[in-house]
Amino acid sequence: MKFKVNNEEVFASTGGRPFDKNKPLIIFIHGSGLTHMCWVLQTRYFAFHGYSVLALDLPGHGLSTGKSLTSVEDMADWISDVIDAVGFKEASLVGHSQGCLVAVECTSRYPEKVKTLTLMGGAGAIPMNPELLSLAENSDPKAVDLMMDFAHGPSGHFGGHPVPGLYHLNTGSQLVQSKEIKDTLGVDFRACQNYTNGFDAAKKLNLPTLSILADKDRMCRLKDGQKLADLIKGSEVHVIENCGHMMLLEEADKTLSILKKFILKNYPAT
Amino acid sequence: MDPKTYKFDTLSLHAGYQPEKNAGSRQVPIYQTTSYLFDDVDHAAALFNLERGGHIYSRISNPTVAVLEERVAALEGGTAAIATSSGMSAIFLAVMTLCEAGDHLVVSSQLYGGTVNLFRLTLPKFGINCTFVKPRDTEGFKNAIQENTKAIFGELVGNPGNELMNMPEIAKIAHDAGIPLMVDSTYQTPYLCKPFEHGADIVIHSLTKWMAGHGSSMAGIIVEGGKFNWMQNDKFPSLTKEYEGYHGLSFAEEFGPVAFTMKARAEGMRDFGPCLSPQNAWNVMQGIETLSVRMEKHCSNAEKMVEFLLNHESVAWVSHASVPDHPDHELAKKLLPNGAGSMIAFGIKGGKEAGEAFINNVKLASHLANVGDTRTLVIHPASATHSQMDEATLKFAGLSHDMIRLSVGIEDIEDIKNDFENGFKAAQKPKLVANK
Repeated sequence: MKFKVNNEEVFASTGGRPFDKNKPLIIFIHGSGLTHMCWVLQTRYFAFHGYSVLALDLPGHGLSTGKSLTSVEDMADWISDVIDAVGFKEASLVGHSQGCLVAVECTSRYPEKVKTLTLMGGAGAIPMNPELLSLAENSDPKAVDLMMDFAHGPSGHFGGHPVPGLYHLNTGSQLVQSKEIKDTLGVDFRACQNYTNGFDAAKKLNLPTLSILADKDRMCRLKDGQKLADLIKGSEVHVIENCGHMMLLEEADKTLSILKKFILKNYPAT
Repeated sequence: MDPKTYKFDTLSLHAGYQPEKNAGSRQVPIYQTTSYLFDDVDHAAALFNLERGGHIYSRISNPTVAVLEERVAALEGGTAAIATSSGMSAIFLAVMTLCEAGDHLVVSSQLYGGTVNLFRLTLPKFGINCTFVKPRDTEGFKNAIQENTKAIFGELVGNPGNELMNMPEIAKIAHDAGIPLMVDSTYQTPYLCKPFEHGADIVIHSLTKWMAGHGSSMAGIIVEGGKFNWMQNDKFPSLTKEYEGYHGLSFAEEFGPVAFTMKARAEGMRDFGPCLSPQNAWNVMQGIETLSVRMEKHCSNAEKMVEFLLNHESVAWVSHASVPDHPDHELAKKLLPNGAGSMIAFGIKGGKEAGEAFINNVKLASHLANVGDTRTLVIHPASATHSQMDEATLKFAGLSHDMIRLSVGIEDIEDIKNDFENGFKAAQKPKLVANK
């Protein structure tokens, strides 16, 4: 569905069901350079099981208009604006990678608006490799190739997509390259590089929180995800074995199963 | 710093398969089953609602076939693929995923005879009409586009005349018109050409040919490039608008770079059912494991046969893009840097009668209606693969009655040459008798 935030058109997948203001809202926040499409194997379940779902395209990404936001703090404020724009007072946030930084920052700024927090492949900070950052800011397709390499675990490199016929690495690559690389991935990587408030923001949180981490994650390493989780009071941690950073695709069923248990327990649909 | 993703030869052996999720089986298992157990009612509903990945019924998807699909997608540089029971069913499924009654296609005139008949005679029965354009007439493709045109379709190297279409320029023409370029790349395989790197949006293969190589199994596949923006105009409502068959799903919105494949599977495999058997998928994968090795030998043998034929007194003409005076030689060097393929068309002196005598007297080369086997194959197109065409269509498709189509195999090259010498000798005998 499309709606306006700050005079720009926002696109969000509603998971294949009509958006319903009477159902609890779950917002999915994608990682650097990606779009709502990376969430398709999580969103549709919740949309068909009593929730209103918004898998967002961040400004300038996917089907959303405008320019990419240049800081994690701006993205966090924008998520709050999204909740207002669709007429809700609160939501559960699910972030992946950069989306975790945004979700943590948003929750620390607007604790009254966030009911539960799920962090997939997250960390308190995501410092960028200088060469990768430079390639992305110069729209070099090699940045995307490197990102796909780092983002997938050893098994994921061979494929084995849960949806028959789909090939992980090339699909991810096309998602990132659907817009000018420097305008999405480049801006996002710079925002990650500049963001330093993650650990302090995490210390302020006091809500049901789930971290889904992967033992073969080379983008946000397991120990970094664990370090962030340790700062959040009562945080629940699940580690998926033999999986890389793109656990939401590489191990979509396991990821969904863990997320389902957490959401149904802490944020049940009526 | 360079990406450490796997390269072509490795992908041809490993892509799409994780042994640890299949009892450690090193070889891809053959899932010879029609259907798959649901964990519970919720799981069944989730699969039918496309909430999660998995298999329901082997007409729609199968784990063995899925490995083949991913493997070919990986080799082509595509986002997704859907395998079918034959190359022809792949073309039909691709067209029906894109078109409906009232639509139009611009099609290269130099195609496999069965494909010509599909576009010329069968699709019009469904209300889908086509305009044929000669493959070298790049401007002609542009001029043939109508308001209701939904795609340009062609073979990079036309069957059987070996005329090339300028894929990058024709892709630009298609994209300027807001429509995709669909390419049948059977002759090339991804080892010789990756059409997505030259602007194609949908690639189709008859896997029966070089991809499998062994000539034992029928199979086809559609591969999606993932770059085409279906939402840029209103030409593709079945991809961009709400689809009644899946709770109002918009394939383009929900699946983006894999939208075409998702629709082809969700609708086309469900409703038409041209599914590939798991046994045949497995057979094809045995061939793909050695694709690059075989294609190198195919191409080196083909170049030696080109030289042999060019210098043979019984041969009137030879068409192969490796020949410097072939009209598409420079284009072939650009698009086919690893070799111009193993299909040769040549004219035999003495016309149709000599051609028939030649084919009847070769022993090693097999006379049959196939190409891309590891064995050398020959056929006289005007009396076989393209025999359903009338005289005018034959001429428009670039066929002549003296044409022999040769698919060069990977036997010892001297044995192939010796066999052809015997064929040529037999072909000249009637003339000698007549002279007496």
